[in-house]
Amino acid sequence: MGILSSSVSVTRYKVQGSLEKPVLEKVYNGLTQNAIQEIDDDHAEKIVGWTSFENPYIPDFENSSFVIGPYLVFSMRLDKKSIPPKIIQKNYAIEMARQLEKSGRKYLSRNEKKSIKDHVIDVLSLRIPATPNIYDLIWNMEESWLWFFSNLKAANEELETLFSKSFRLSLIRLFPYTTADLMSGLSDADRDLLLQLSPTKFTE
Amino acid sequence: MLDVSVSYNRYKFLGYEFLTWLWFVMENQQDILKESDKELVSLDIGNCIVLENNKNDSTESITIKGDKAGLEEGILSLHKGAVVTELNLIYKAGNNEWRFNIKGESLNISSLKTPETGPVETKEDIEGILLEKVFLYEKIFVLMDNLYKQFISLRVSDRWEKDVVPGIRKWIAS
Repeated sequence: MGILSSSVSVTRYKVQGSLEKPVLEKVYNGLTQNAIQEIDDDHAEKIVGWTSFENPYIPDFENSSFVIGPYLVFSMRLDKKSIPPKIIQKNYAIEMARQLEKSGRKYLSRNEKKSIKDHVIDVLSLRIPATPNIYDLIWNMEESWLWFFSNLKAANEELETLFSKSFRLSLIRLFPYTTADLMSGLSDADRDLLLQLSPTKFTE
Repeated sequence: MLDVSVSYNRYKFLGYEFLTWLWFVMENQQDILKESDKELVSLDIGNCIVLENNKNDSTESITIKGDKAGLEEGILSLHKGAVVTELNLIYKAGNNEWRFNIKGESLNISSLKTPETGPVETKEDIEGILLEKVFLYEKIFVLMDNLYKQFISLRVSDRWEKDVVPGIRKWIAS
């Protein structure tokens, strides 16, 4: 789901820490060093990396193309190979039959079956292209916030890990407690009270 | 600060209470809404309310869908001890309208539809449209932040138990 879609879902973060100067060069390095790699000719089942907002299938971060107005705008791409279970089942059955015939035995051990299954998945992974999923983000460095255009738990977890690895900064997800603690301007005394709160009963 | 996963689960009730309070405010204290956004024309419940009732170690979830999502059924659920866990809201400012869902446990915004922006015809249009979109998204985030700020400052004060909760109880019972 993209920034310019007609309907969006957004997870908001506070960015903790700041980048060393020159900031844009640090961002550029973080993006290029962790840019998405193609895995279509590889055994890997999944890969995650940065890509450019305007051209997500051919990542290009040259000429600060990720800077739009006061914001940094780029995308996270999560490529995943999804092999339909029935295709695995079919190839597994064929390979099992071949192994049984070759060995002249009636049964295969549990380890042999597992090894055949792993081999089948491995071979199929080379033949099936990865499906790309693109998630846009906007980062306001001056105000230390970031909007990630997805509410999917797995995508958010990938973002938090990739962001930390790329820029050595932490992302703090803004949910009821963190919003109250970090964004609501509470005094230290109020923040202590916040910790002690328990649910209210609205009916007697 | 507390560990993130611990604080997420332990304090998600604050999000549910926020949405319950917000519904009460929309029905009874429009001035609070105006304080949060000077340009606000209205903030109303859209086509969905989700409530949750935890009793006897079991959780009952109630979803009310449809335009002007059933306020009576919702109030009835509140009366039985439920809290609001998700709301679909319609915000109007000037001649513009925004629609979105907000989830109590995460405060995540989903299905956010802003007023229409111009079409993207050339690559050069993207930058302008994107900045316009950011401005439109920010309107909702600032509104929700301001309302949440008001809620939290009440929640940690004596006024919560003294004034706010009795007011909400009276509204639920009425």
